[in-house]
Amino acid sequence: MIPTQREISDEIASLDGAAGAQPRLDYPPYRSSALRHPRHPAVVLDPEGVELASPVFGPRDVGELDADLTIQHRGEPLGERMIVTGRVLDGRGRAVAGQLVEVWQANAAGRYIHQRDQHPAPLDPNFTGTGRCLTGPDGSYRFVTVKPGPYPWRNHRNAWRPAHIHFSLFGTAFAQRLVTQMYFPGDPLFPLDPILQSVTDPAARARLIAAYDHDVTQEEWCTGYRWDIVLSGPAPTVFEGTGR
Amino acid sequence: MSGPEGTPGQTVGPFFGYALPYPGGDTLVPPGRDGAIRLAGRVVDGAGAGVPDALVEVWQAGPTGAVVREPGSLRRDGWSFTGWGRAATDPTGAYSFTTLRPAPAVAGGPAWFAVAVVARGLLDRLLTRVYLPDDPDALAGDRLLSSLPDGRRSTLIARPGPDGYRFDVVLQGDRETVFLQHRPGHPG
Repeated sequence: MIPTQREISDEIASLDGAAGAQPRLDYPPYRSSALRHPRHPAVVLDPEGVELASPVFGPRDVGELDADLTIQHRGEPLGERMIVTGRVLDGRGRAVAGQLVEVWQANAAGRYIHQRDQHPAPLDPNFTGTGRCLTGPDGSYRFVTVKPGPYPWRNHRNAWRPAHIHFSLFGTAFAQRLVTQMYFPGDPLFPLDPILQSVTDPAARARLIAAYDHDVTQEEWCTGYRWDIVLSGPAPTVFEGTGR
Repeated sequence: MSGPEGTPGQTVGPFFGYALPYPGGDTLVPPGRDGAIRLAGRVVDGAGAGVPDALVEVWQAGPTGAVVREPGSLRRDGWSFTGWGRAATDPTGAYSFTTLRPAPAVAGGPAWFAVAVVARGLLDRLLTRVYLPDDPDALAGDRLLSSLPDGRRSTLIARPGPDGYRFDVVLQGDRETVFLQHRPGHPG
């Protein structure tokens, strides 16, 4: 029996408000989590060796143009052109400089180029939907893209994901590795979405939502959104054997 | 603890396959290079089925035991060892890396890979370690392994395999892998 949105929403409501700044790994409203969440709690340890550092990426890995998702093809992608920018900080508020940020997203019609996404919305021959950049000295990142559309999925009947951009980030220590999703303010699909709602603390959930920023918006060109990302895993004081 | 609150994780979803994997991601050194080994296995769910939409990342010391500070993981030059790699699972849930054996970070200690795992259906990334089985004394003296109950300790120790080591990431169930959370509060 495929559940309805009402049934999923009731499950979401029954779990909402619990403490915890991270998503619940065991979150029944997200059906795919049933067999894919560990039942044992994570074992706490003091990081050692490579865990006190992160891999190094540099200009050899990422080109300047990799951060513009609108220039990867001959023509311009359809949709609402926008800039997404912000800063990557560690849990003490310090800039995470020179680190890799990767993004991927659906096109303006809500379709991924991935072959497993077969929902009947058009592909855009001028949009792949992947980008990379390195953070600046102040931890800043910046992507030029188009706003992704919401899209249907099969978690339950008439299930729709709010529009989002996937982010993958590295910090200064291994435990700061973060894979997450950025959402857009005011999306009516928020309360219906079991993936966003798996973060059951409303204040933590709000940290996944970008802010519209008119100072980022450019005249007669594009709108702008700002989203700061905090990698809260423990950070080392200094790196061994490196000046970074 | 003061400072900004952390950004929560979210699942990597089903559609990362055209974004995160890249050519050479799983090849930290070319196969056949002197010292090259294979670290391979499966990502398995609570029903014992392979997870075909998972991504495994390794981060490791090189043959000296020191932390590698070498860029170029995303565009490998075939010579530089960066210590980091990424492999998507195949339709059977299998992953494979070609790499070098990590040396222990401290003399007499055990050698291990740091590993991160993401997957569709997994709402946040998981961290673990893959210990090499070769030095039983070093394993016996390891702080983390010693702290684990007998039945769980072995989930972190790779088995010898063809050309290297085998290690399965079991997300749930009787042989569930021990996943790790790093203790906060380092001086900063």
